[in-house]
Amino acid sequence: MQPLIDIKNVHLSYDTASGKLPVLDGFDMSVPEGGFVAVVGPSGCGKSTLTRLIAGLMKPDSGEVWLDGQQVTSPRATVGMAFQNPVLLEWRSILKNITLPLEIVPTKLNKAQQEERARYLLSLVGLEGFEQKRPSELSGGMRQRASLCRALIHQPDVLILDEPFGALDAFTREDLWQIMHDVKAREPFTGVMITHDLRESIYLADQVVVMSGRPATTQFVMDMPVTGARSIETLYTPEAADMLKVLRHQIEVAQGRAPSAASNTTGGH
Amino acid sequence: MSLRKILVPVLAIVIFLAFWEALVWFKDWPNYKMASPSDLVPAFKQYWHLFLSMGWQTLWRTVVGLLIAIVVGTILGMVMGFSKTMREALYPLLVGFNAIPKATVVPIVALMFVGAHDFNTILIAFMISFFPIAVSISIGLSTLEPEYRDILRALGASKATIFWKIALPKTLPEFFGALKVAVTLAFIGTNLMEIVSPHGRGLGALFDSAKTNSDYPLMFAVLIALAFLGIVLYYVVVVLERIFAGWAEREPT
Repeated sequence: MQPLIDIKNVHLSYDTASGKLPVLDGFDMSVPEGGFVAVVGPSGCGKSTLTRLIAGLMKPDSGEVWLDGQQVTSPRATVGMAFQNPVLLEWRSILKNITLPLEIVPTKLNKAQQEERARYLLSLVGLEGFEQKRPSELSGGMRQRASLCRALIHQPDVLILDEPFGALDAFTREDLWQIMHDVKAREPFTGVMITHDLRESIYLADQVVVMSGRPATTQFVMDMPVTGARSIETLYTPEAADMLKVLRHQIEVAQGRAPSAASNTTGGH
Repeated sequence: MSLRKILVPVLAIVIFLAFWEALVWFKDWPNYKMASPSDLVPAFKQYWHLFLSMGWQTLWRTVVGLLIAIVVGTILGMVMGFSKTMREALYPLLVGFNAIPKATVVPIVALMFVGAHDFNTILIAFMISFFPIAVSISIGLSTLEPEYRDILRALGASKATIFWKIALPKTLPEFFGALKVAVTLAFIGTNLMEIVSPHGRGLGALFDSAKTNSDYPLMFAVLIALAFLGIVLYYVVVVLERIFAGWAEREPT
């Protein structure tokens, strides 16, 4: 089957005061429809650049980014984004924040239907009753959940998450992992998530991609034995510990702190 | 509004006036050195119709100058906020322009547009007050976090949409902060022109004629009238701020 997201041999460099700074150097990645890929890698390796490429906010110097059989050259309405910073608009209620994308993208829903869908999404993430609150009245985890609702309101094909839970405490983060699985079961999407948390990557994703240090290539790909929704208990099994160990080693290789032992083949256990 | 919110400032004003009265009384100053509040009452009584007509002259010119400052300041702020090149080009010019004491510009403007009294006065009120507005808008726009832009840009929103939906509302609190400064500055500008280039209109002209006639209580009375107008206009801005940027106020916890 043709992958929904297909990134082929992408090169990209930034212009800086001291010349060209290569960020992506022949990066490849593909995600099947309904798949969920987590991208991990050392700090500053170009992970956020990757999300901007998929969203069409940037163009690669060479190589191609394909979404649903079309080459991405500009932003498109079939993408939803959420960042580490929930960027909710303080002058709007939570409900109005969530319906914001529907003011941009064409929609068949009327005002009442839009609000109904926003309420439905809020109930999915456990935020019913907070529709009329201001963002500053919510905790960090709640704001991130609202941000997730906003990213999903226009039923995007692709959800791009750039370290969405990075600023949350460990307990809140585990809550949100569970919510992610629940939401994906009810509101199917094809997901790409950037993260620094290896446990998060193996718990949420179907596949984990390790990016090498800058300039980044696809260094390592690991397919999860279980895909889709799973219990948090799977994180506390010997298999999970092994996977984490492999990924940790790959990060060290990417950071240049450990020699590359294995070849760049697909992992999996 | 609670009674307390009115009583506290009113009480502060009464205490201030009492202190002023006592100071003049104890020092036994003649009214040409320092008029006391009790000297002002007859001045207001005698010239109340002048205060009304002159005060109106000053007020409408200040407001018109301020409105032009808001339009021009916002446009300049947008240009500088969105374009780094324009910011680098315009900033030194604006800072230099702002550093020139406007009292020195007044005679130049008065000579340049001889006889155009209303225009001259409005021009000075505008020139003295647009700077803080331009700076606040440009800083508000240029410090907008990229994620704010990206959430709409990723959906294919145009630059204009991003400005109306995100950049402008997000800049409103800074804008109103600057507007509070600009209000009082615009008053200074109007009066500079009215005093330096007398054309017989406005509170500045009333001040000038009081000076010529050595009517010292009237001079002080004009200053108080100016302070009163300043307070009124300032609170008009406060009310507008509550309406349009009230969301920026956090409830005390």
